[in-house]
Order: sequence, then structure tokens, then C-alpha cells
Amino acid sequence: MTFNTVSFLVQVGVLILALALLHKPLGVYMTGVFTGTTNARPERLFYRLAGVDADADQKWSIYLRSVLVFSAVSILVVFGLQRLQGVLPGNNGLAGVDPWVAMNTAISFVTNTNWQTYVPEATVGIVVQMCLLAVQNFLSAAVGVVVVLALIRGITRTRTDRLGNFWVDLARTSFRLLLPLAVLAAVTMVLGGVVQNFWATDVVNQATGVQQSIPGGPVASQEAIKILGTNGGGYFNANSAHPFENPSVFISLFQVFLLLLIPSALPYTYGRMVGDQRQGYTIAAVMGTLWLASTVLMGWGVAAAQGSATAAAGGLGEGFEQRFGGAPSAIYAAATTLTSTGAVNVAHDSLPPLAGGTAMLNMMLGEVAPGGTGSGLYGMLILAIIAVFIAGLMVGRTPEFLGKRIGPREMKLAAMYILVTPALVLALTGLTVLVPEQVANAPSSGPHKFSEILYAFTSGANNNGSAFGGITTSGPYLSALLGVAMLLGRFLPIVLVLALAGSLAQQRRIPQSSGTVPTHGWLFGSLLLAVTVILTALSYFPALALGPLAEGLIR
Amino acid sequence: MNTFLGYLRQAGTAVRFLALATLVLGLLYPISVFGLGQVLAPAQANGSILKDPAGHPAASALIAQTSADDQGAQDPKWFHARPSAVKWDPASSSASNLGPNDPNLTKNIEAARKTVAAAEGTDPARVPADAVTASGSGLDPSISVAYARLQVPRVAAAHRLSDGDLLALIQRNTTSGLEAFLGQPSVNVTTLNLDLAAR
Repeated sequence: MTFNTVSFLVQVGVLILALALLHKPLGVYMTGVFTGTTNARPERLFYRLAGVDADADQKWSIYLRSVLVFSAVSILVVFGLQRLQGVLPGNNGLAGVDPWVAMNTAISFVTNTNWQTYVPEATVGIVVQMCLLAVQNFLSAAVGVVVVLALIRGITRTRTDRLGNFWVDLARTSFRLLLPLAVLAAVTMVLGGVVQNFWATDVVNQATGVQQSIPGGPVASQEAIKILGTNGGGYFNANSAHPFENPSVFISLFQVFLLLLIPSALPYTYGRMVGDQRQGYTIAAVMGTLWLASTVLMGWGVAAAQGSATAAAGGLGEGFEQRFGGAPSAIYAAATTLTSTGAVNVAHDSLPPLAGGTAMLNMMLGEVAPGGTGSGLYGMLILAIIAVFIAGLMVGRTPEFLGKRIGPREMKLAAMYILVTPALVLALTGLTVLVPEQVANAPSSGPHKFSEILYAFTSGANNNGSAFGGITTSGPYLSALLGVAMLLGRFLPIVLVLALAGSLAQQRRIPQSSGTVPTHGWLFGSLLLAVTVILTALSYFPALALGPLAEGLIR
Repeated sequence: MNTFLGYLRQAGTAVRFLALATLVLGLLYPISVFGLGQVLAPAQANGSILKDPAGHPAASALIAQTSADDQGAQDPKWFHARPSAVKWDPASSSASNLGPNDPNLTKNIEAARKTVAAAEGTDPARVPADAVTASGSGLDPSISVAYARLQVPRVAAAHRLSDGDLLALIQRNTTSGLEAFLGQPSVNVTTLNLDLAAR
């Protein structure tokens, strides 16, 4: 397996070019979707049937309650119908899903994690995939977007306790933004070889005598939103390494483009909505710098091809697909962990140690470069508030962010946000390594055993969903603990963001003065970059040293 | 009490919203994509199925197809695919998920190297990495050009063909141009063996 550096650089360049060309039209389009005031006739019908008062403007607490109630109902429905799979139509002969697995999967898809503790081919039929899991791919992505939308409204609105209408935001994001893009993406994928039918095909090779049942299913439609909504739950167990999910290197590159598309255009929308494009570009520049640095680091980690087993093979190969090779696998592995996607076109467990470590580091950054749909931007805005606070300490002034005072309440909310995921990851990993029976679920030896457990909780609490797949998580203990990590890792930050949005919206706007720290430009961008990296390093470095860094030193 | 009623009312809205969204996103959307796929690209949408000269479906161009015994030893008459963690069974898919320093993986790789070297009658040092490592999906249809060429003498003898004939077949089933540049030159063993059978 080769690592072609020129090809790597060309592909990175193509991605940058494509995203740069599209961020503005998509950003403008999204602004229209989010700020539109009229509803089309089918939307009015939808609201009437759903019992939504489309004109209501919700307080932050009601907005939050809607997020939580909708997500709770979704979890219960996805859990319950998986349990009933045996009596549902379209189950492909599969029985009801094991309760622990069903619970973990329901939480996983509603929290936009899409951690797959189940083996799809042996666990879920067409209807569960299509009507439960793929639907949550849309809705969980949309929830991420509406939360950042509420935060932006909190910044732009003054002296109000209203943040908008959750149901209308959710419907518009799903139907006006995600659905049309998903149709385009899905059709492109079918043209590229991704399957979209509802049956398996029996084939017989008369010459060799081999008989196979070639699987089918609504793969392209699920694949499109899996990537576009930074979800990552594959139709097949091997995810985007499976030839039917990712048939060629062209589709592989297209998938990386798609998963960066919405998160990298949202900063432009943010800039437009706050009325200062420089704000958006500064955020986008920080995201882009981190993405580029991390992708290069991943490329270097893959190309270095460390590891005793890798050396025994004479190079990369284990877990890689021949049609991709080194460069496309590295680009994919970086993008999927920098967003909250977790789709994989190479088995992360078998990646060379420093590449596997980079995947973990990417998630530990909080998935902000450019992050999940919506969640990446709200994560970055929280970091911007922390950066403003630190700058305020340096110049000895009360920090302000876009004309809003960052007082003790706002700062407490932002600080708690930053602490949630490291606390979850480190506490749950620490707890698990103390239980010998659970450590046995990670089959490796040496530091890689620790890496597998650390990766699982990092991925769960950050709602990524990729895995060091050697670990078995279908038992009650890890199903439940990862379920807790996914739930708290998703909804505690959302509670804090919406509380912050509510508190910002109530303030009046402070006029800019000579003492205001500007939140755009090189200086602030560099500060934001430094804050992001330093916070991550301080939180996770010891854990990384015990896992992937130790592995990288093994000869 | 008011809060409780508020929650209840919102739960009702959530259930109705979810049901309606499922109609659109869970049924209308995938069925529309299915319809578009069947019109625009039926071959791809149905799994890139290839037919034999008699017109019967024989394989998917995208999925590994190899004749192997219960121990996983592949039929010496045909070109071999890469090792698979799922024995090339398309009803499942998986990588080995063994770590880069895993002693068991090293053992597997060393054993595979011996097997391949013996099967091809060559020096173990000449066996390329893709021949001894399990793919990410377990269904990888492709191998490196080096591994395909390594297999030529064995397959040529079994089919009474010249090495040159086989090298031409390999060439025909190798990715080229932009595809090979973005990825790497790869030989599709599934289509290669079908071409070989059709001769």
C-alpha cells in the first residue's frame, strides 16, 4: 500500500478549493433558511398536522425543553421499534434487537454519535435502517444546527427572552437544507456505484463454483445523510470501507467534501447573521487552520507506517482498502474525527499509532475544526468566549463578545461547557480500566488496550462514533456507560449553550469602545487557536501519553 | 402542574412531528432516490452485477469473490484476493481490528507470508503487504499490481496460458489515470477472474 504525497496534497487542495467556492452560496442559502419568515403551503400543512404553532417565539427554557422532549421521544421510539423489529414488516427475517444494544443504538443515533455497537448485517433490517436510523441522521443533525441558530440569535437579539421556534427551525433545517442536499448527494453516489435497491441478488460464478448473495438496501440515501449530517452510522458493518458504501476513490473524496460542507459554510452564515462578515471569516480561518494542520499530521502518521505488525507486513495494508491506499485514508480519517462524523474508510484500530492518536486528538479538540453540523460552530463560539475572557484578563477589562457583556454567569456557563467532555472521557475511561472484566473487552495487549478504551469514551462523549473496532461494547456495562457518555456529552453542552443564549439575549448591546477587544482578525484568530489547542492539551495529554504516544515508542 | 402539562403537550407535538418527518425522510426520500437510481443508473443502483457469457448474474464488480476451502485456502487455479476477516462472505463485513503492534497480527502476517510465498513459489521477501493483510471491509475486490503479477506463473500454468496473455488481462483490470493517481493502481480480482473464465 503506498502513500502518495503529491496525490495527498492535490486532494487537500481540491477540497479547500471546492469548499472555498461553495461556502458563500451555501452560507447565503442557509441564512435564508434560518431567517425566512414565510412558510410554504406544504410546511403550513406539516405544522398543522404536527400541532406546531409556527408563529410562537420561545423563551430559552422552552426552546431547551423542546430540544430535550423531542430527543427523549426520539430515543424511546427508536428503542421501542428496534425491540419490536421481529413483528415489523421489512425486518429481513431479523428478530427484535437485544435491549442493551437497542438502548445504546437509540441514544447513539439521536445524539448524532452513531456509535455502532451492533453489526448491521446481522441486527437491523431495511425498515429499521431506513425509517428509524436514517431519519435520526437528518433530525439529530438538524438539532445541532438549530442550537447554534439559537445561540446566534442570543448574540444578535437584545433585551428579549425569546430565541425563536424550535419546531420551525427543526423543520426548516431538515426539509429546506438537509433534504435537498441529501437528494443531490445520494443520486451522485448512486451514479458512482453506491447501491440503492430493496433486495439482495444471488450470483453464481459457473467457472469457480462460487455462490454469493450480494446484499442490497437503501444504502445511497442513508449514506448521503450519514455524511452530510456528520452522523457516521454505516449501512454495513465495515462502514465507508465497504465497497457498496464507498465504491471508489472518487466517492471517497466526495464523502470527505460532503462531511466538511455544511460545517465549513456555517461560519459564513454566522457572519451574515451577526452583521459582520469578518467574524465569520475569523472563525472559519481558525477551523481551516486546525483542519489543515491535523490532516497533515494524520498524513504524516499514516505515511510513517509505524508498528511492529505494520513492519512485519512490509508496510501499510491491515485495515486499508486497496482502491484507496494511504493518502485518501488519511484525509478521510482526519475529516471524520474533526467533524462529529465517525464514518471510516480504513479500520482506525489498525492505523499506525500516531495516526490513531491523531484521530483521538481530533475528537479531543472538541470537534470544532470544522466540527459537526451546528455543534462545531457552537463549540467554536464557546471557545471564542473563553478567548475573549482571557484577553479581558490581560487588558484588565470586563470581556465583551459582539457587544454583549461576558459576566460571571456567561463565563460559568462557558467554563462548564469546556469541562463536560474531558470530565466524561477521563472519568469513564478511568472507571473502566479499574474493572478487570471490562478491560478484557479490549482484546489487545500493552498500551493499545488502553487506547481502545480511551478511544471508545472519547468518541462517545464527543458524539463522534468512530471506534477502535476491536473493543466489544455490546455487553450491559459498556453499552450503558457509553450510552451515558453519549447522552451527557450531547445534551449537557446543549443545555449550557441555550442557557448562555438566553442570558445574552436579555442584555442590551454595549457600544464598542477603544477598550473593546476585537473578535476578528489575525490577533484574535491566533488567540482562539491557542486557546483551543492549549485547553485540549492540558485536559488530555496524560491520557494520550499512556495510549497512542506510548504505542508510537514501541519498537 | 403547568410545567408537567407543558412537557406533555410538547411530547405530543414531538410524536406527531417525528411521525410526519418519518413519512418524508424515512419513506418518501429513500423511495425517490430508489426511483431516480433505477432510471438514471440501474446497474450501479442494483450492485454493479456482472453477467457470465450465458447471461446469468455471476458476481458484483465491487465485491471480492474468491473460491476458498473451509480453512480459507484459496483455489490455486484462480487469482487470489486479499486476506479477509470475514472469509469474503458478503453477508457480513469487517476488518480484523488488530492494532499496529499486535503480536497476534504479526503472527498472522508471518503465516500468510509463508503461505503466499509457497503458493507462488517465490521468496517470502517478494510478497507485497496487501497480500498478507486483511482489508478494511473484508470484501475488498482489489489487489496491488505487484501481487497480481506475482500470481501470474501459477495461474498461467493452471489455465495453459502464456504469461503475456495474463499480463494483458491484468492490465485491462487495473485502475489507471486519475483514479490510480488519487488512490493507487489496483487490480480488480473479481473482474479479472471473470475475464479469465470467459477466455
